[in-house]
Amino acid sequence: MFEFSAFSLYDAAFLAIGGVTILGALGVVLFRNIIYSALSLVFTMLGVAAIYFQLNAGFLGAIQILVYAGAISVLIIFAVMLLMDKDARRTNLPTPRTKAWFAGGTITMMMLASIIAAVGFTEWPKTALQGVDNSVGMLAELMLGDYVIAFEAAAILLLVAVIGAIILAKGVENR
Amino acid sequence: MDISLLLTEIMVALLGLLVLVLGLALPARGKTVVNRFALLGMIAILAYSITAFSQKASFFNGVYQIDMFGSYFKLLFLSAGILVMLMAGKYISRFEEKSSEFYGLMILATLGMMLMSSAGEFITLYVGLELMTISFYILTAYLQNDKLSAEAGLKYLILGAVSSAILLFGISLVYAMTGTTMFTEIAAAFTMQPALLAGVVLIIAGFAFKISVVPFHMWTPDIYQGAPIPITTYLSVGSKAAGFAALVRVFMVAINGADASFDWSMLLAILAALTIIIGNLIALSQKDVKRLLAYSSIAQAGYILVGVVAANSFGLKGVLFYAMIYVFANTGAFAVATAVEVDTGKTGIEAFAGLSKRSPMLAAIMTICMLSLAGIPPMAGFAGKFYLFAGAVQNGYLWLAVIGLIMSMVSVYYYLGVSKAMYIGENENDSPVLTTGGSTVALWICVLATILLGVYPGPLSELAGYAIQILM
Repeated sequence: MFEFSAFSLYDAAFLAIGGVTILGALGVVLFRNIIYSALSLVFTMLGVAAIYFQLNAGFLGAIQILVYAGAISVLIIFAVMLLMDKDARRTNLPTPRTKAWFAGGTITMMMLASIIAAVGFTEWPKTALQGVDNSVGMLAELMLGDYVIAFEAAAILLLVAVIGAIILAKGVENR
Repeated sequence: MDISLLLTEIMVALLGLLVLVLGLALPARGKTVVNRFALLGMIAILAYSITAFSQKASFFNGVYQIDMFGSYFKLLFLSAGILVMLMAGKYISRFEEKSSEFYGLMILATLGMMLMSSAGEFITLYVGLELMTISFYILTAYLQNDKLSAEAGLKYLILGAVSSAILLFGISLVYAMTGTTMFTEIAAAFTMQPALLAGVVLIIAGFAFKISVVPFHMWTPDIYQGAPIPITTYLSVGSKAAGFAALVRVFMVAINGADASFDWSMLLAILAALTIIIGNLIALSQKDVKRLLAYSSIAQAGYILVGVVAANSFGLKGVLFYAMIYVFANTGAFAVATAVEVDTGKTGIEAFAGLSKRSPMLAAIMTICMLSLAGIPPMAGFAGKFYLFAGAVQNGYLWLAVIGLIMSMVSVYYYLGVSKAMYIGENENDSPVLTTGGSTVALWICVLATILLGVYPGPLSELAGYAIQILM
C-alpha cells in the first residue's frame, strides 16, 4: 500500500508542510477566539504556498503568499477587528449540541477513511518531476489561450461577488 | 476559430454588465427603463439564439463546445429567464432601488448556466457553475427586511461552498489520475482505480447537490421558502436544468462512454429512486405552497434523473424534453403563487382558499400546471414522463419506472390538495387577485405551452432528439 522504503528528505518536507497546513485548518475551526482563527488561516495559506514551491511552481507559490497569506488574511483580520462588538475570547464558539458534533464527526471520519483507502490502494501514474523554465509564460499562455473563456468568466464572477458584497453589506436603508 | 459563434454568450455578458452600469448611471426614475431594457435584451438574445441553434464548433481543442446540446439548453435558460423577469412584475417593487441589480445579477447567472451547458472540460464548467451560484447566493438574500430570506442566503452560501469543495476535490482526484480535465481525454484515460472511482463519486455528489437529489436535498425547502419567489422559480428551473446539462455531458462523454466495468447507472438509479420516493412522501405533509413546490421540485429532479440512468436516446430525449416543459409548468405554478403572495402576503395553502371565485383564471392555470407536474394527460408532463420511463424500461430499469409511476400517482394527491383549496375552500375576501401585464403574459405563455406541448409534443421532442445526437 504505502512505500516506506523510498522515504526521502523530499517526502519528509512534504509531511511537515502538509502537517502545518492541516493544523492551521484545524485551528481555524477549533479556536474560540476568531482572531486566532484568522491567524491560523495564515499558516494554512503559507502551507499551501510551500506545497506549490515544492512542486516547482514558484510563481504560484509567490502569488499565494502575496495575495492570500498577505493581503486577504490582513483584510479578514481588519474586518474582524472593525466588526467585533463582544469579548474576543468568545467570538468563534463551537456548537454546544453534542448530536451535531457526533453526526459531523461520523461523516468526517467516514469520508476521511474512504478517501485514504481510495488514495492508498490506487496505483498512481508516475511522471518524473520536471521544472519548467518559463512557468509564468506558460501560465499566461494557458489563461489567455485555451482557458480564456474561463478567465473572462472569472472576471465577471469577481464583479458579481463585489456587487453582491456591497448590496448585502449596505443592508436595509434606514428611514 | 470563429469568435462570432460565441455571440450568444458575449451578448448575455454585455447585457448583464450594461444593465448593471445603467442602473447606477440613471436616476431613480430611470430604473423602470433599465428593467424593460433587460427584458427586451433577453428576448432579442433568445431570438438570435434560435437562429444560431444548429451551429457547431469546438473551441480551443475542445475546451468549449458549441453544439446543439448546448444550444438547446441555452434556449431553455433564456426562456426561463424571460418568464421569470415577466412574472416578477410587481414583486420587484420590494427591492426598491436595487431592482436593476436584481436584473443584472439574474442575467449574469444565466451566463453561468450557459457556460455550464457548453463547457467541454472541468475548469470552464466549474467557473460557470460558480458564476451561477454566487449570483444566486446574493439573489437569495435579496429581501433584506425579511429574516427568512437572509437566513436562506446564508444557508445557501455555506452549503453551496461545501458542495463546490466536494466537486472540486472530485475533479482534482480525476485530474490526478488521468492528467487532464478534458472530458473526451478523461474517457480515453479512464481506468478502474479506487482514486478515480472516488473522484467520480465526489463529482456526482457535487452535481447532485445542485439538482437537489436525495440525500443532498436538505437545503432545498429552506432556501426555496426563504428566497424571493422569482428567484425560487429561477433556482428550480434554471439552476436545476444547468446542473442536469453539465451532469449529462460529463456522464455521457467522460464517465459512461469509457469503461462499462463499473455500473454507474445503478448508482444513479438508486439516487433517482430515493429522490422520487422521499421527495413525494415529504411533499404530502406540506402546508405551505412554496415548501410544497420545493419538495415537488426534488421529486421532479428524481424523474429527470431516471432519463440520465437510462442513458439511451429515449431517456436523454426525455431529460431535455422534461427539463423544458418543467420550465413552463413550474414557472406557471410559481407565478400564481407570486400573485397570491403579493396580494395576501402569505403562501400557506389557506391563502389559496377560494381562489377560483376570486380569480378563476389564476386557479385554472395553477391546476393545469400542477396536473402537468403530476403527469396527467393531456398536459405536457405526461409526454415528458412517457419518454423518461420508456427509456428506463428499454434499458432494463423496469423497477425504477414502476417506482416513478407509483409515486406520480401519490403526487396527484398533494397537487390536487392545492386545487381543492382553490375550488372548494372558502375565503371571506372575494376581491380578485390582481396581476400586472407582465405576469399575465408569463402566465399565458406557461399555460399555453403546457397544454400545446402535451397535445402536440412532436416538434420539441424532435429538437431534443437533434440535441442529443452529439452524445450518442
